[in-house]
Amino acid sequence: MAKKPLLEFTDKGICCPQGRFYIDPWKPVDDAVITHAHADHAYFGNKRYLAHELSKEVLLYRLGDIRLQTAAYGEKVIKNGVQISLHPAGHVIGSAQVRIEYLGEVWVVSGDYKVEDDGVSTPFEPVCCHNFISECTFGMPVYQWKPQRGIFDDINSWWQSNQAHERATVLVGYSLGKAQRILQNLDLANGKVYTHGVIENTNEALRRNGIALNPTERITPETSKEEVRKGIILAPPSSVGTTWMRRFYPYSFGYCSGWMAVRGAKRRMAADRGFVLSDHADWDGLISAIDATSCESVYLTHGYTAVFARYLNEIGYDAHEEHTLYGDDEVALPQPAASENETEDTIRAVDEAPSFAGAQASGEEGLPDARQQDLANTGGPA
Amino acid sequence: MRSFAQLFLSLDETNKTNEKIKVLQNYFNCVPDSDKMHMLALFTGRMPKRQINATLVRNWAIEASNIPAWLFEESYHVVGDLAETMALLMPQNAGSSSKTLTEWIGEINDLGEKTEGEKKLWLMESWAMLDSSERFVFNKLLTGGFRVGVSQSLVIKALSEITGLDTPTLTHRVMGNWMPQTYSYAQLVQEQDAADDISRPYPFFLAYPIQETSEKQKSADDLKTALGEEAEWQAEWKWDGIRAQMIKRNGKIFIWSRGEDLATDKFPELHPFLNTLPDGTVLDGEILSFKNGLPMPFNVLQTRIGRKNLNKKILEENPVAVIAYDCLEYAGEDIRYKTQAERRLVLEQVQASSPYPGVFNISKLISFNTWNELEGIRGQSRTMMAEGIMLKRKNAPYQVGRKRGDWWKWKIDPLSVDAVMIYAQKGHGRRADLYTDYTFAVWDGDKLVPFAKAYSGLTDQEINKVDHFVKRNTLEKFGPVRTVKPELVFEIGFEGINRSTRHKSGIALRFPRILRWRHDKPKEEADTLETLRALLGT
Repeated sequence: MAKKPLLEFTDKGICCPQGRFYIDPWKPVDDAVITHAHADHAYFGNKRYLAHELSKEVLLYRLGDIRLQTAAYGEKVIKNGVQISLHPAGHVIGSAQVRIEYLGEVWVVSGDYKVEDDGVSTPFEPVCCHNFISECTFGMPVYQWKPQRGIFDDINSWWQSNQAHERATVLVGYSLGKAQRILQNLDLANGKVYTHGVIENTNEALRRNGIALNPTERITPETSKEEVRKGIILAPPSSVGTTWMRRFYPYSFGYCSGWMAVRGAKRRMAADRGFVLSDHADWDGLISAIDATSCESVYLTHGYTAVFARYLNEIGYDAHEEHTLYGDDEVALPQPAASENETEDTIRAVDEAPSFAGAQASGEEGLPDARQQDLANTGGPA
Repeated sequence: MRSFAQLFLSLDETNKTNEKIKVLQNYFNCVPDSDKMHMLALFTGRMPKRQINATLVRNWAIEASNIPAWLFEESYHVVGDLAETMALLMPQNAGSSSKTLTEWIGEINDLGEKTEGEKKLWLMESWAMLDSSERFVFNKLLTGGFRVGVSQSLVIKALSEITGLDTPTLTHRVMGNWMPQTYSYAQLVQEQDAADDISRPYPFFLAYPIQETSEKQKSADDLKTALGEEAEWQAEWKWDGIRAQMIKRNGKIFIWSRGEDLATDKFPELHPFLNTLPDGTVLDGEILSFKNGLPMPFNVLQTRIGRKNLNKKILEENPVAVIAYDCLEYAGEDIRYKTQAERRLVLEQVQASSPYPGVFNISKLISFNTWNELEGIRGQSRTMMAEGIMLKRKNAPYQVGRKRGDWWKWKIDPLSVDAVMIYAQKGHGRRADLYTDYTFAVWDGDKLVPFAKAYSGLTDQEINKVDHFVKRNTLEKFGPVRTVKPELVFEIGFEGINRSTRHKSGIALRFPRILRWRHDKPKEEADTLETLRALLGT
């Protein structure tokens, strides 16, 4: 009989029995290691949290008064004899892969990641391990990203064209990650950047954390529509189709997401422009990341798990499909297909999670005050 | 091809009608005339003949993408469009093609003569020289099914502003069986139509529904308010067959269906009557199956549609006839400008002199004095094998396309049952990667028997919820189809119901669709096969 694995999948999340902690648990536990601050990975209600130092202010803003310990990338933290360290995941600012080592056995939990350097998040670094627990949100070969430089050239010229036609430019992306990635890559010679309250709150938290973001201006009821038209508006998915957005009319509205690679999803979103810009790894990115870990086994937690696992097995990996609630945060689903859940997954909620049907509502219960405030500001979820 | 691919990208990038028109005009203004005509042909459903069969294209695409076949299929289910799937899967390429749309279509048409090996070589080389957006439109040309999210009327509108010709004239001129190889842009836009195409049909005039949905019932009083005096209107049954335009010119006959398909050969029993019409006659009407002088339900006609060979047996057992209701051309003159009442007189006269009154029927007028009375008569539609009633303003001309005001359809309410969803499948196009196509079942004892598939009727928000349910309650997967835990109940509406030996349930429905989601009903309270059978009599 083989010994008990170092990590196992439970109905509360990914558990390390030896270290008595969980990684990104979706039900309250005593000790939680958090890969990043998105709502489907950082739930409310745990007794103690461990996360990367650059996640600190955002976590406190989102989850309120939590007991939070932070660590730098590479710093070793020992829990009950198990060694934990965080490593850059390149997903958003402060996102980490969690490396766990005990008696020479090494596991890595990827959380969400991308391999391209976005110029804002600390770039992804592969970590050698025996077992790799990976996301595969875009684990289909139709998802192949182009370098972001070209995408931002498109965004900048679309912005200029809107200015020439005297309409406002509204660019939608989720508030932690995408918004800052856009902010830091826009050509600010074009004009000023205005932000929706939800995004500005996140920006402020990141600035408190010492991140030097480009200047932004929060949109308030007093903000002049004419001024805004000269600049660009960054808005979260939850604002799509709301009166908040409509008041900028006439405007052109662009949507930044990996799902925009497929025409059907783009048409469903009914955005004027869909920019294929994702904070997740594309097909080749996933395969190269997995390859770089030199792992013996891969466990796939969310995304096109069934297809991707089958393919990995065919090309010689030992790959397994696991059921988790990541990428499956159903909090607030306004139409069209947009929510503040930060995972892009409202367009395509993650496939394959039948065994957790009863646990679906867990995210809603723990909705912290700060977030409820945000949702209220946007006119609330539908 | 560059500009044609760009046209697609630009059309995708806006949802505003006026901007789409601008995009179309930009295209027309920057390409050679022959490309204009090819584009027009494609946007009005005139695809080049398929020269490589779909399986070969698919197999070669799999080879070019260097992935296993099953992964290609999975990708297709996510993307929901074959041409797009192939374009996304192939290795990215920086190149771009300088060949025009006309040149590419020319090459495609020349493939017919080539061997399979030559075809493959040509296709692989072509893919290698195109970038991904060009590949997408190129694949569309190869595989057919050119749905662009732009209606024909929008293209006509764009063209109208460029050429200065009005839209009804242009709509008429792009009808019929022209080919971009033989119909030039100069011919299309010349001031006087040479009308050398004797087969060319007129654009169909289409009725507007008087009540949008069965939930919004219109009373006799509403009709009075909306339509005014009864005496101004002519009422007929709304026949449930194939809408057709029948042409006799220069001794030749043509039958066009509403979808602009030339269907002359499909209805040989109509030829004698059409051949005896005077030259320069065009009739509008409905083709239906007839038995003993009476129209039959649509599903009888359906057994004939789509058959390549109409053998003697089918023609004997299932003959068709025409119920005509309008005359658009008489003695070579376009009489669409005349009033409904005047055209009706012409039609009656043409029919009266036909030696084939059994095949050439005319839609008899329903006499009524009050809207109230007509509402009562509408109740008999199903017995008459009709879908409801048509209302036509007596002093109105025959117009182009779907116009509000002078032609109205007043359909009967659909039949309906409450059914349980048991299978789900992913949709296509803007519903790609979402479970939107469902199979429904009713109870037969303690078993659920599938009886209908429906795709439409839910809002986007409801579709998202059902999709969510399907992903979490899958019992089994068969390729793209999932067996779902029977739980969700929907009210399914349909226009008609008939016996069928081809379906497990023994019945076939006409136009099934979802009327509403019955959140209030547990699955045990869904209807039974008995309920459906009882409806067979209606």
